Amino acid sequence: MKLLRKLKRLAFAILVMAPFSPAMAGSLTIAAAADLKFAMTEVVDTFRAARPDDKIEVIYGSSGKFFTQIKNGAPFDMYFSADIEYPRKLEKEGLTAGSTRPYAVGRIVLWSLKPELAKMALKDLPNSSIRKFAIANPQHAPYGLRGKEALQHQGVWTAMEPRLVMGENIAHTAQFIDTGAADAGIVALALVLSPTMQGKGAWTLIPDAWHEPLEQGFAITQRAAGNPLAKDFANHMASEPARAVMRRYGFVLPGEKGK
Amino acid sequence: MSSADWMALTTTLKLSAVTTIVLLILGTPIAWWLARTKNKVSVVVEAVVALPLVLPPTVLGFYMLVALGPNGPIGGTLESLGLHHLAFTFTGLVLASTLYSLPFMVQPLKDAFAAVGDRMIEVAATLRARPWDRFFSVVVPLSRRGFLTAITLTFAHTVGEFGVVLMVGGNIPGETRVLSIAIYDHAEAMDYASAHLLAGGLLVASFLLLFTVYLLNRRYTVVHP
Repeated sequence: MKLLRKLKRLAFAILVMAPFSPAMAGSLTIAAAADLKFAMTEVVDTFRAARPDDKIEVIYGSSGKFFTQIKNGAPFDMYFSADIEYPRKLEKEGLTAGSTRPYAVGRIVLWSLKPELAKMALKDLPNSSIRKFAIANPQHAPYGLRGKEALQHQGVWTAMEPRLVMGENIAHTAQFIDTGAADAGIVALALVLSPTMQGKGAWTLIPDAWHEPLEQGFAITQRAAGNPLAKDFANHMASEPARAVMRRYGFVLPGEKGK
Repeated sequence: MSSADWMALTTTLKLSAVTTIVLLILGTPIAWWLARTKNKVSVVVEAVVALPLVLPPTVLGFYMLVALGPNGPIGGTLESLGLHHLAFTFTGLVLASTLYSLPFMVQPLKDAFAAVGDRMIEVAATLRARPWDRFFSVVVPLSRRGFLTAITLTFAHTVGEFGVVLMVGGNIPGETRVLSIAIYDHAEAMDYASAHLLAGGLLVASFLLLFTVYLLNRRYTVVHP
């Protein structure tokens, strides 16, 4: 009986206290491409500063995986893809609230823990000491596809193919190189510019004329149509503090020219 | 099925077969020792053997990647001997799978060996059977159910491996791209037809394999003295 009384008191307390708890606080779950791993965390920090009570969560992974998951009802409010075509496809299928917006153009780099390898021209790679060369899986990772295009443009794709190891997404690919398991590879500029990767080995920017642009886009999903936080965050992406972060991570922003 | 998928299938079967053979050779003496010893250290060994059952495959995969890579203790040693490190290689996968599937070989065998008991072995000894002879002509036939279960589970568990391979494999066709990875890639690339074909095939094949084992096990039931 004592327990019952305790439970009753607890239930009463919850009922009474509920209106005073931060019930007005919103929550936002963002699915973001792996190249945003570090940049998005900082963007969210700048967003959160003004609204400490809101619960904002970011999940990182490959753009293709999120596309499939959202199509199958994944509980994401916003979808930041590394390839704008994915959210556009969702939009066509009526799975987004509003239209897809571009937020950045990504760049790829040749990265290695051994600076002499990172400084090589792509076309010389087949004649190097590289035994394992890491790229993201071009089958479904946008950065992998662009890396493949750059290698093809330089005429070394076929020669490098036997040495390729493929990461599930671009952060996974970076991890292959970071552990030294792969000698070098093609990763996102945003990743090598992050505080955790900076100073590790060396990298060289790959000219963006060698591959299709990495146009990245985001959309608010259908389920978040009534979530004001999603709209606020979408607007925040266009604000100067967010753009400053993205710029620092090497992204070319809508309406701006890259290096 | 595309030629790439066929290659993933043969790689998977090869990996599972090699892992099962390696584990049969390594796991049998470990299981035998665990079943017979009265040494207290065996509890530690038993716990270590069972670790892959509870650890997330990513833990094993991560340590394997670091250990097998050129800067790790295994890969680094090989490199200093002028050999190639083992990250992203078939051999590396066999090594990782051996650890990953170890409990599936050792535990059924240990139970089977324990069930044989001392008496039959002592009787064989009084008939002047040498230790090796006692093992192969008394213990092994009496433990055939255990062997069948251990071999099947090890094989099937290796076929079903994903997390470890994702971490140390690197998705190289014909070398480290196994079926589970191919299915994942098809699903991510939204090629659902190919994903269904492989996933459905694997489901049916796995069921048939386990069904056959349980059927055989029932028939092989040994009458204990």
